[in-house]
Amino acid sequence: MTEGFSLPILSLIIFIPIVAAVILLFMNPQQRDLIRGISIAAAAAVLALSAAVYFGYNGQVEALEAEQARLLEEGGDAPATAMFERGLAFEEKVPWVESLGISYHLGVDGLSAPMVLLTGMVAVAGVLISWNIQDRIREFMAFFMLLVAGVYGVFVAIDLFVLFFFYELAIFPMYLLIATWGWVQLREYAAMKLTLYILIGSVIALVGVIAMYFVAGQFFTDNPNLLPEGARAYSFDMTQIMFAAEQGAFNVPYVGEITFSQVWFPFIFIGFAVLAGVFPFHNWSPDGHVAAPTAVSMIHAGVLMKLGAYAALRVGVQLLPEGAEVHLPWIVFLTLINVVYGAFIAFRQRDFKYVIGFSSVSHMGLVSMGWATMNLTGMTGAGLQMFSHGAMTALFFGCVGMVYDRAHTRDIPSLGGFIKKMPWVGFAFIVGGLTSMGMPGLSGFIAEFPIFQGMWQASENITLQIGSFTLSNYYSILVILAALGIVITAAYVLRVTSQVFFGEFDAEKYPEVGDIAITDRVILILLGAPLIIIGVYPSIMAPMIQSGLRPVLAMLGVGG
Amino acid sequence: MNIFGIDILSFLVVAPALAAFIMLILPQQKTIARWAALLMSLGIGAAAVAVFFAYNREVPGYQMEVQVQWFELLGASWHVGIDGVSAAMVLLTGILTPLAILISWEIEDRVNVHLALILFFQTGLFGVFVALDLMIFFLFYELSLVPMYFLINQWGGPNRQYASTKFMIYSLGGSLGMLLAIQLMGATAGTFDIPALVAQPELWTRFAGNNGLFLGINIETVKALAFVGFFVAFCIKVPVWPFHTWLPDAHGEAPTAGSMLLAGVMLKLGAYGFLRLVIPLFPDVWVMPINILGFFETNWAGIFAFLAMLGVVLGAFAAFGQNDIKRLVAYSSVNHMGFVAMGLAVTAVAYGEQFMNASTEHMQNAILATNGAVLQMFNHGLSSAGMFLLAGAIYHKTHTRDMTQYGGLWVKAPIYGGIFIFTSMASLGLPGLNGFVSEFLVVRGAWPVFTWLTVISMIGLLFTGSYILKGIRAVLHGPFNMHWKDYHLEIELREVVAIAPLLALMLITGLAPNWILTVINESVTRILGG
Repeated sequence: MTEGFSLPILSLIIFIPIVAAVILLFMNPQQRDLIRGISIAAAAAVLALSAAVYFGYNGQVEALEAEQARLLEEGGDAPATAMFERGLAFEEKVPWVESLGISYHLGVDGLSAPMVLLTGMVAVAGVLISWNIQDRIREFMAFFMLLVAGVYGVFVAIDLFVLFFFYELAIFPMYLLIATWGWVQLREYAAMKLTLYILIGSVIALVGVIAMYFVAGQFFTDNPNLLPEGARAYSFDMTQIMFAAEQGAFNVPYVGEITFSQVWFPFIFIGFAVLAGVFPFHNWSPDGHVAAPTAVSMIHAGVLMKLGAYAALRVGVQLLPEGAEVHLPWIVFLTLINVVYGAFIAFRQRDFKYVIGFSSVSHMGLVSMGWATMNLTGMTGAGLQMFSHGAMTALFFGCVGMVYDRAHTRDIPSLGGFIKKMPWVGFAFIVGGLTSMGMPGLSGFIAEFPIFQGMWQASENITLQIGSFTLSNYYSILVILAALGIVITAAYVLRVTSQVFFGEFDAEKYPEVGDIAITDRVILILLGAPLIIIGVYPSIMAPMIQSGLRPVLAMLGVGG
Repeated sequence: MNIFGIDILSFLVVAPALAAFIMLILPQQKTIARWAALLMSLGIGAAAVAVFFAYNREVPGYQMEVQVQWFELLGASWHVGIDGVSAAMVLLTGILTPLAILISWEIEDRVNVHLALILFFQTGLFGVFVALDLMIFFLFYELSLVPMYFLINQWGGPNRQYASTKFMIYSLGGSLGMLLAIQLMGATAGTFDIPALVAQPELWTRFAGNNGLFLGINIETVKALAFVGFFVAFCIKVPVWPFHTWLPDAHGEAPTAGSMLLAGVMLKLGAYGFLRLVIPLFPDVWVMPINILGFFETNWAGIFAFLAMLGVVLGAFAAFGQNDIKRLVAYSSVNHMGFVAMGLAVTAVAYGEQFMNASTEHMQNAILATNGAVLQMFNHGLSSAGMFLLAGAIYHKTHTRDMTQYGGLWVKAPIYGGIFIFTSMASLGLPGLNGFVSEFLVVRGAWPVFTWLTVISMIGLLFTGSYILKGIRAVLHGPFNMHWKDYHLEIELREVVAIAPLLALMLITGLAPNWILTVINESVTRILGG
């Protein structure tokens, strides 16, 4: 689908922030306006390019849908891989380390295009909210740009090595940003904790991916006739590994009778899902969010957690579908704990930012739960939830930051009446809060409804087999329990809203509180508007995500 | 019929939201905001009246239908259309909103936002009444909670925080079961289209595999659970005893306009949901025998009628026990909506029996009772809005809702007193005014079906009389409380203008109910297949 786009648009998206970061580091730290100007220019440029990618892709979804249906109908050797390749757009492929089968292969499909747009939005919002950082703004902006580049890289990588390259690239500036500019009382502990959790998770996943690389390579060496012409047997390219997977390369006995894909799936899926905050590995996330400076919290909860969920699907489910069928039926229990327990803990918090931190744990549980349904409805809901939660939580953290900057406290009981002084923030927080409690008309409903409905559908055909013990139809129980999370969410959202934004305003205690700057308004509109637009008109995103999921479902043998 | 290029029903849904947005961006000047909101809501009201009169009762099926793909993944579409029942409700919403806005002119604090919320609320109400898609229905059903929550939470009485949170959590939690049931049905049927779902009640058999089990449990049980989800959600909204406890708090604390719309229209969402969804979707569950404690045989319709009876009787008792004028009116809603529930219980019996064994034994009674129930929805909309308006009018001037503080106010406010008595009598069900017609129809229809429950409800009417008279006595009669001698208590012209249409409609409907009853009747008869 690259015809007509000669511009290497995805590379530009990755390298504009990197170049900006390098330029920033060579600048005079006193030229604050110039530093800000370069940062916002870079962020705005990538946002514009991201929007071009998103809408460019969206325009072709209908044609793609027909094509995918045809490919599935025709069957052939590997219909799922063919559907996946057909869905890739804006592709770039350059050999990188040829002897190892590594290539610089980028592309977007229906699943990653919304994430690219989301990253652009949050990048712009992050720069704007850091506008008045006093302490070493040059370094802050530079690291922030690197972080953005890393995040983009993961979403557009089609080569697994490139994916890991950017995955780790994102973690390094994250550590520095939190440890240096974070909340003094917690930053070093939180930064260390976050980095270690994510590193350990990703290293486990990396080992799994390398194992995949060797098994797939061996498979092609044994069956050279299957190998595409001119390709190397050993390759990190996702399309090639997917092709091997579809031919059954991973369904061979690996440890005793247990197949490769069954052995490695939980490690790869959960390794990535650590970053998505899956229980019991969610512990880093609230601390990390609270300790981080506002812009970093926004990008972290808004985008980085989606990296985990995205990679878990892309690498885990898409490449090891047989393992997914065996293991997701129990992983779904972990996601249920995320949803309900996260909401309960959020309800108990006194610190404004911790509430949002735990609410992210709860909402990201819904994404993993959507993956665990393994049907089109539920997974599309999860895809929508990734975008919806990204914009929503970034908006939340933005609001928290704006309140904190002016009140210098995040203690909920001592705040109050802020909507009178900051009507924009109050309104935005209410929109975000309603989205998070799944209020119809906003994107949260559009995302959660299909997830729950997918759970109902899944309860008819998914069974959990442990030894001789069989559990069936239990998804219906889980969905009822998960729905309780909605009520708890409503309770904590209402509690925070009424305590922070309504009630009496203490003018003596908070003399500095005033209305927000124009840059802040831009942030609120940028992040709030999509919540309403998707809520009213879901067709702007849902069909695209569906097209991205069809190859995954074909791998799972469910069909489109 | 199109307005500004979009069909009139979609216009009705979208226009108030747009008007609300305009209110937010208008300059923060009270006079401009007030007039702008009033004029816009009058325009929307005119469209609603036009819809009512353009509705042709002789044509069967839904009218002014529009169906556009909305959320393809789930098979949900923007499907709107009206029948006689929805036409009456659309009319009620269209009439009450401008009056509520006129009453909110007394609000001085954040006028623009207040009026915007009222208009936004109207979007939710219209949306529910015209929706023919389950997901659209649910969307607006929930959406209407938000503006009402903020109206109570921000402009309510002293206990507003508690009342608004209770209202929200009750309503949200209550509709959770319905949400799950909707998802369950959508997952199986692949569509949310209400006419399509209603046309195939055998849909549920599709759930069952070869062995008659679904999700490992008996299909009948699944169906009954889904039914309970819907049942509880709408019972809370109506409210049916014992799900009514949110209502006195919410009504008592809400600002006047909020109470008017809450009692006048929002409660009807529940009753409307029963008629549009629960009865046609679960015809057999309603009449499935239920054995209570091994010696007493009944069915869901019977339980519903029993709760309705308790609502009538206990609502009246509770109203009688109040000294707070707004809480008195609030409990009177429980009392009056009990008759709606009673009528609907008869509908459920007749519809279910006809579905199960093609028995038309109760059909004629059911048609009467259903007509009565729908007309009672409309009438209660008029009279409760009127009562809340009057309670708000006196509260606004005295700043107390405690009736023991009033006394003998007729001296100071003769016109107010006259209007108060007129409205109270309509609420009481005095022959010649609207309440009588609908309550008579319900009682006439319910008598042969639930004889004893109807008898007890009618005795409950005695207490309706008592609390109404108690209210009149406490406010207007007795020795004049000298505390108020320097107060201006007479009703204002603005308030008279706001209540005049209600009074006129009460009288017209009481004397010649056919202008609306024929519209309702044709649709009700068709729903029941008579």
